[in-house]
Amino acid sequence: MRAPAARLLAGLLLAAALAAPAHAVQPDEVLADPKMEARARDLSRELRCMVCQNQSIDDSDAPLARDLRIIVRERLKAGDSDQQVLDFLVARYGEFVLMRPTWHGANVLLWLAPFGVLLAGIAGVLLYARRRGAGPDRQAPLTPDEERRLGRLIDEAGGKAPADLTKL
Amino acid sequence: MIPEIGHYALVLALALAILQTVLPIWGARAGDEALMRVGPPLAIAFAGFVILSFAALVAVYVQSDFSVVNVVENSHSMKPLLYKITGTWGNHEGSMLLWVLVLALFGGTVALFGSNLPSRLKANVIGVQGSIGVAFLLFILLTSNPFLRMVPAPAEGRDLNPILQDIGLAIHPPLLYLGYVGFSVTFAFAIAALIDGRIDAAWARWVRPWALAAWAFLTVGIAMGSYWAYYELGWGGWWFWDPVENASLMPWFAGTALIHSAVVMEKRDALKVWTILLAILAFSLSLLGTFLVRSGVLTSVHAFATDPTRGVFILAILVAFIGGSLALFAWRAPLLRQGGIFAPVSREGALVLNNLLLTASAAAVLVGTLYPLALEAFNGEKITVGPPYFNVTVGALMLPVAFAMPFGPLLAWKRGDLVGVGQRLMAAFALALVAAGVVAVATEGGPVLAPFGIGLAAFVILGAVTDLAERAGLGRVSPGTMLARLRGLPRAAYGTMLAHAGIGICLLGIVAETSWSSERIIGAKPGDAFPVGGFELRLERLEPRTGPNYRDVAAVFSVRRGGVEEGTVESSKRIFTARNMPTTEAGIRTFGFSQLYVSVGDELPGGGIGVRAYYKPLVTLIWLGAVVMALGGALSLSDRRLRVGAPKPARRKQPAALPAAAE
Repeated sequence: MRAPAARLLAGLLLAAALAAPAHAVQPDEVLADPKMEARARDLSRELRCMVCQNQSIDDSDAPLARDLRIIVRERLKAGDSDQQVLDFLVARYGEFVLMRPTWHGANVLLWLAPFGVLLAGIAGVLLYARRRGAGPDRQAPLTPDEERRLGRLIDEAGGKAPADLTKL
Repeated sequence: MIPEIGHYALVLALALAILQTVLPIWGARAGDEALMRVGPPLAIAFAGFVILSFAALVAVYVQSDFSVVNVVENSHSMKPLLYKITGTWGNHEGSMLLWVLVLALFGGTVALFGSNLPSRLKANVIGVQGSIGVAFLLFILLTSNPFLRMVPAPAEGRDLNPILQDIGLAIHPPLLYLGYVGFSVTFAFAIAALIDGRIDAAWARWVRPWALAAWAFLTVGIAMGSYWAYYELGWGGWWFWDPVENASLMPWFAGTALIHSAVVMEKRDALKVWTILLAILAFSLSLLGTFLVRSGVLTSVHAFATDPTRGVFILAILVAFIGGSLALFAWRAPLLRQGGIFAPVSREGALVLNNLLLTASAAAVLVGTLYPLALEAFNGEKITVGPPYFNVTVGALMLPVAFAMPFGPLLAWKRGDLVGVGQRLMAAFALALVAAGVVAVATEGGPVLAPFGIGLAAFVILGAVTDLAERAGLGRVSPGTMLARLRGLPRAAYGTMLAHAGIGICLLGIVAETSWSSERIIGAKPGDAFPVGGFELRLERLEPRTGPNYRDVAAVFSVRRGGVEEGTVESSKRIFTARNMPTTEAGIRTFGFSQLYVSVGDELPGGGIGVRAYYKPLVTLIWLGAVVMALGGALSLSDRRLRVGAPKPARRKQPAALPAAAE
């Protein structure tokens, strides 16, 4: 990281650390319209407080988070749709502000990776089962000789298969 | 003097660990019984010196010896005794020493109680454990020595981070480490099997209890951490998908897969190679978790270590252990003989499905946690992978796990009858549907998906009970026979039921809390009253107080429900004098399984105080579910066949008696 940027970041972190932890959402921020307020809350959970450590602006006490919460509410009051609010903030702060990674570029890999692992696992199991099924250690059918011996054993046990044989 | 004793004990422990790594493994290679036999005494001596060293560190904390840097940075003479003790591991150096302490205790236990292990296996296991000890002791001694002195010694310490001054610090890290490090034992067994190129059912019998114990500790450890964050951080959340939480969740997923695949290996002699791989994965993810938290590579709420030299050292440990063990696996695993074939629809098949989904969940958490780092290193782009990503991916993978869970234990080994199992689950399914329907009607207008969630949770719980009822022969035999059968069931069967029901209970809590919580954000002056979730709260007074090392302002609320007085709840804003750092102490009242949660903020410009109040229905089930899961693990652990331990070599020739589970 270049020095000015580093200093800026350090300054921001310091500011965030020194600021008394106000409450996440302050009573004075709450919008009068409960529907719009609910939208604002939902949006807040999708937005990152950039100076915090893995907190959404909904959770964060930092002054920056408060500013962002107020911006979100102002945009909503100005009639923006949810997507427009997000776009506005991405244009201002970059994708870093979004809690939910976008669905384009390398991020597609991110979204698909877990399911890729699952599919690879299933493919591996199927492949393995097929190889084993065709492999030499597949249980060979009983030879005529073995059939005869088995028949004899069953006869000796009084027509019933010995208990442990059925469980094998 | 005490710090020097602790430091010296640590150096001696390192020397012992080096011997413990080299001699037994060498003995096993050379077939030298005498060399193999030095393993256990070395492991016990190692444990002894690590205990001594840890005790020394606790002692300097209790004495508030401010000539020791670590104590200066993390303690204060006015701190209550409990936090002086827990503060020992409330910092980087001390927590690493706790890690090694747990490792040494586990190693010592294997050495003490491993008398019926085959000698080569035992020698290799102890050797591998020794090597882990060497790596971590070198790390502590070279980069994170907790016993460094400071001249001149200051008169007072800088106090412990106030967030950590809580009973949670006494419980959460030790439990978590018992889980993390517990997987070092299964890892050592896996590596020993690979070194030897041999693995059998006795191996699985030995590994399963360790995996179970580690898993149970990890489960409670994670739940405890979640509850701690819930009441301490003051915004009512209980899971944040914070990298540090993710770090503990990854080994949990891998460990859950491991305890299931170990069952298949023990009972059916199948999935051997996979079980070994999972044992390696579970510990690798534990190491990775330690790395993520300790190196400061990810900055998050918990990260209190930021020195890059440490990061590089831990990275080297990671590469050596994960890379080394996977290379060994690739080289030696083909030697292991495969056993037990089974049809796709069978108990084994269900457990394979469980393993695939759990491993994919671990992968989701891993990828989501590391992706931002990788992307930034790759092209400098900064993005965030937050809760929405994890909720979607892990949710999508865990949903089928929950739905399939009741089916698994009911399927027969080798070849199962899915239709038959479906019929036996009809009652559970019908009841779950009724539950979902009742909820849908009762909460009309609420979240649409909530009734489905409740239905699924009910299905999981009832499915677990169905398994037990089926085994007892419900509806087929007389009540007396049923009781007798229930009494005769192995404890592992009850363990399975409890663990599975625990998942359902936890799910119930999660669905209820996320769907029907009520929240109130308001500015209140003394005398003001406001409603939240069927309660009425009234701010009675603001009360300034002084504690041993803090000052606080407590807001006392009276609680009324339907006009009936329900006592008070208080939340306070605390300023810790040494660091001048504020914390919020949430006020929590529990009603049945639900909680009323109040946390106060700052004084408002126009007078009064900011208040956040929540009513969280069934929220405690989230953690109780985890406790029930761990109880299931503990019950399974007390099962006779695990208590007795691995069969003696001579008994291995006899056909193993098939337990009731195979019916």
